[in-house]
Amino acid sequence: MVMSRTAPAPRRRLLPSLIPGSASRAFWPYLIPGLALLTLIVIVPLVWNIYLTFTSYRGIRPPEFIGLENWEKLFADQVFWTSFGNSIAMVIAMVVVPTLLGLVLAAMLFDLIGKKFGGKLASFFRATYYLPQILPGVIAAIVIGWILRPQNGALNEVLEGIGLGGLAHNWLGSPDTALPSIMVIMIWVQLGYPIVIFMAALERVDPELYEAAELDGANWIQRFRSITVSIIRPEIFVVTLTCTIAALKVFGPIYTLTGGGPGTSTIVPAYYAYSEFFQSQQVGYGATIATALTVVIAAVSIVFIMAQTRLERKEEEI
Amino acid sequence: MTSTLATDTEVAAAPLLKKPVRKRRGPKGKTPGDWAILLVAILLGLLIAVPFFMILLNSFKSPADYNANGPLSLPTGLDFGGLTNFWERVNFPEKLWNSFFISSIVAVAAVLISMLNAFALGIGRVRGRTWIVVLILLANMLPQEVLLYPLYFMFKQVGLYDNQWAVIIIFVVIQSAFGTYLLASVYGTFPKEILEAASIDGASRWRILWRVVFPISRGTLSVLLIFFFIWTWNEFLIPLTFLVSNATQTVPVSIAVLQGDRLMDVTTTSASALLGLLPTLIFFLIFQRTLTRGITAGAVK
Repeated sequence: MVMSRTAPAPRRRLLPSLIPGSASRAFWPYLIPGLALLTLIVIVPLVWNIYLTFTSYRGIRPPEFIGLENWEKLFADQVFWTSFGNSIAMVIAMVVVPTLLGLVLAAMLFDLIGKKFGGKLASFFRATYYLPQILPGVIAAIVIGWILRPQNGALNEVLEGIGLGGLAHNWLGSPDTALPSIMVIMIWVQLGYPIVIFMAALERVDPELYEAAELDGANWIQRFRSITVSIIRPEIFVVTLTCTIAALKVFGPIYTLTGGGPGTSTIVPAYYAYSEFFQSQQVGYGATIATALTVVIAAVSIVFIMAQTRLERKEEEI
Repeated sequence: MTSTLATDTEVAAAPLLKKPVRKRRGPKGKTPGDWAILLVAILLGLLIAVPFFMILLNSFKSPADYNANGPLSLPTGLDFGGLTNFWERVNFPEKLWNSFFISSIVAVAAVLISMLNAFALGIGRVRGRTWIVVLILLANMLPQEVLLYPLYFMFKQVGLYDNQWAVIIIFVVIQSAFGTYLLASVYGTFPKEILEAASIDGASRWRILWRVVFPISRGTLSVLLIFFFIWTWNEFLIPLTFLVSNATQTVPVSIAVLQGDRLMDVTTTSASALLGLLPTLIFFLIFQRTLTRGITAGAVK
């Protein structure tokens, strides 16, 4: 894997191990514990789960083979499509907003605050913005959920205190505000991550490039677009990919705050699968939802990685 | 696919290998625009920090104080009612110990497995290593729901359901998947001369691993150790499913399952959030320097 860059020929020659006199074969024993555990904990359950999608299984009597019935049900299931629609809301809250805002904020901290007011202050801001990221997801959700509580919650009390009591609301308990409230929580949680990654990436940008552009009369926005964004593009890819995967997997905050409700207004695929497994005892159908989610995640990852490779290749040609 | 994986890891691993120390130039003249941007940064910082202050403020109030003076006032007197109430209700020291026990064993074991895997993949360059890495990464990318029911069934069969060792084994695999991915690329660029010298001295592979590779990569290994510890501490779905009795639960699970409970009044809930966030805040302060160096390496969360 590591050698793929230095060996561009399509048929790679087998390279010997880095230790002279040791055949690479001799290293297999070191992989045994890792691969044995991987087989037991990931591969067997994964295959088993795929098998369960073709069965009706309520957890007590042995699974009964029913062919594609679960899959047919899935495609016609309104709740399933709602859950994926909510996943898109999660992608907006955990990928689109944090990445765009994170780019601007990272550049702002690095370029303006770091240079004019000192690097210490910039690091302090970075640590502050990163703070929600260190919390367990459910605890972060509880912190904001506490502020949004319907009975004597902090936000409602403050609204009343400043004479806007009419705006007080059961934020997480009404269908119209539950999803937006969750989105706000996720933005709060997620914002620090791109900022930290992008600020580290900006260290690579040669300050002379900026000076040259400045002399050529480029303003801050032009410099930001043509220099900053293009140089830290690998990090932008990594951040968008990892955050998209995380957004598709969201579970803890939904479990803790809304349980997918009210109705199905905040249901997400991960929570839907969980509730089918352990609340409705529809194991076969839960397995189908989980497998569908896996397929979506795999497809998103492949599309991302292909797009990135294509962009890199294009750049090499220029 | 292969080359992209390699590029990603190199990007991710770079900060571990070299310390970017660049002197920044001193402050120049500040325009009103600069001050405006500073103000924006401060306001945003406050906005992000406000929930933390609110939790801190209201965890030390009595419910009566909260109802009378609202969430923004300072407590009229320090009231530990909410904190002790929650502390005793969930037997918090026990939950702290559970989380600590699970996370530390996972961290150490996952670093060990990552190191063994990476030694074979990065230094040993076994055949088909690209595919092995892709396969191992699978464990990290999959939504855990897809493993949940079969694992639940399996561990129930062997009598490890509601047992912390089930959670430990699962997370050793999931965390070491990321560790293997990162460490294999770090070991792939291991200085060859050092390995050659060691093998000329007649050291066996096992000895080279422990006497040469381990000490030299200790920096990266310690970053991984901290990451694995915190990631495991923060996990939710699998501990929630496998640790059903009170005595085995971790801090996040024990707090989350009590939300919405009738006995949780407003200040007790606030206290529960405070107790949930304090441990990770403390880890963050202790490990801050190692972490900010390593966060870029942890691009895959």
